[in-house]
Amino acid sequence: MSGPGDAAVVRVVLPAHLRTLARVDGVVELGVAGQVTQCSVLDALETRYPVLRGTIRDHGSGKRRAFVRFFACQQDLSHEPPDAPLPEAVATGAEPYLIVGAMAGG
Amino acid sequence: MSGVRVLVGTRKGAFVLRADGKREKWDVSGPHFPGWEIYHLKGSPANPDRLYASQSSGWFGQLIQRSDDGGVTWEPVGNEFRYHGTPGTHQWYDGTPHPWEFARVWHLESSLDDPDTVYAGVEDAGLFRSTDGGWNWEELPGLREHRSGPSWQPGAGGMCLHTIILDPAKPGRMFAAISAAGAFRSDDAGQTWQPVNHGLHSEGIPDPGAEVGHCVHRIAMHPSRPSVLFMQKHWDVMRSDDAGESWREVSGDLPTDFGFPIEVHAHEPETVYVVPITSDSHHFPPEGKLRVYRSRTGGDEWEPLTTGLPQEHCYVNVLRDAMAVDSLDDCGIYFGTTGGQVYVSADAGDSWDPVVRDLPAVLSVEVQTLQ
Repeated sequence: MSGPGDAAVVRVVLPAHLRTLARVDGVVELGVAGQVTQCSVLDALETRYPVLRGTIRDHGSGKRRAFVRFFACQQDLSHEPPDAPLPEAVATGAEPYLIVGAMAGG
Repeated sequence: MSGVRVLVGTRKGAFVLRADGKREKWDVSGPHFPGWEIYHLKGSPANPDRLYASQSSGWFGQLIQRSDDGGVTWEPVGNEFRYHGTPGTHQWYDGTPHPWEFARVWHLESSLDDPDTVYAGVEDAGLFRSTDGGWNWEELPGLREHRSGPSWQPGAGGMCLHTIILDPAKPGRMFAAISAAGAFRSDDAGQTWQPVNHGLHSEGIPDPGAEVGHCVHRIAMHPSRPSVLFMQKHWDVMRSDDAGESWREVSGDLPTDFGFPIEVHAHEPETVYVVPITSDSHHFPPEGKLRVYRSRTGGDEWEPLTTGLPQEHCYVNVLRDAMAVDSLDDCGIYFGTTGGQVYVSADAGDSWDPVVRDLPAVLSVEVQTLQ
């Protein structure tokens, strides 16, 4: 379990459009200080790649955009509180945190 | 040598088309931002290599891209469009109050003299401005906060601010149009606004003198006569000779007065172009014939322009921002269709050729005349 002062390395998988936008290939590895939550992971992601601000969460409200979903460890975390701890396997980097463009649009 | 650069926004990316002054052989680049909706691109009159593009997606929201080399390379800039203060409500389709919610940028309009200043017309209707090349956006709230704002309703495509016109003769005067609120004018650089819809009559509005509620599709101005405006309304082609204070219908002998774009010839302020579309729900050309109509008399009398355009089995639409004119000696006219064709006429509409035939649905066409 990571604690205050430690920086966990979290692996994040972005959807194709956002990989293009951020100019990254494959999985993004992020150092996340403190407790590993969806909010802290996304904060770290947006700090590393400011161009992603507003594309996953709304500016201002910080709410997940309607057609973006979050998954990890075969669980849909999209409706979990943003400050809830992520599974240990995500915090240790064993499992990736998946940001997915929802299968929507007809 | 002079030439043109045509900026095409589509449902699935942006394309840049280049040609010399003959406008016969074209270089096509793109798609830029493949898979994203590009509602509009616009070049700066003060620095033609400075371009802005509105890139959006239902999944990932709004981005603004900027190019400083004429569309060869692009850089994402600021994408935060936050309404001023507490935005309040407008009317929803069912007449109930609905909170103002930002959806996307429909139209970008560059300052006439400063490449770093650009305006954005957005859905839900609002006007934003950046003065630092697109990095930061600030609303000019006087328009949205007009006393009529709570009564504005969206058109079928959303409540979009789709037209921004800057008056080249009167600094501070600008026009905006919103579907389906109407036309507005500011004489103080966007701080305060007044509706300019007198003379518009819209079927379905009980009050024939309604100040707002008109589904204006597009407004065009010739820079040499900025007090003369031409409007394609949901129905009716209209003209104002007093900067919007009053309007009169000039649909004349058009086969249908429904349509979306309207443009003015670069050198003939009384020569106007529209693309009549079968109203109201069909949204394709009458009789399956794609015809641009030209008036050389400032309206009322119109002639069909058909040479080179499909005259059978054509069921595309031409959207409001998808027509443009260049300013070469022989004025070029351009338009794009929802079928993915971009047509050019290098002789003011007498004849047409396709530049490309199979792009994604075209949302917008702009042209830059390059020296």
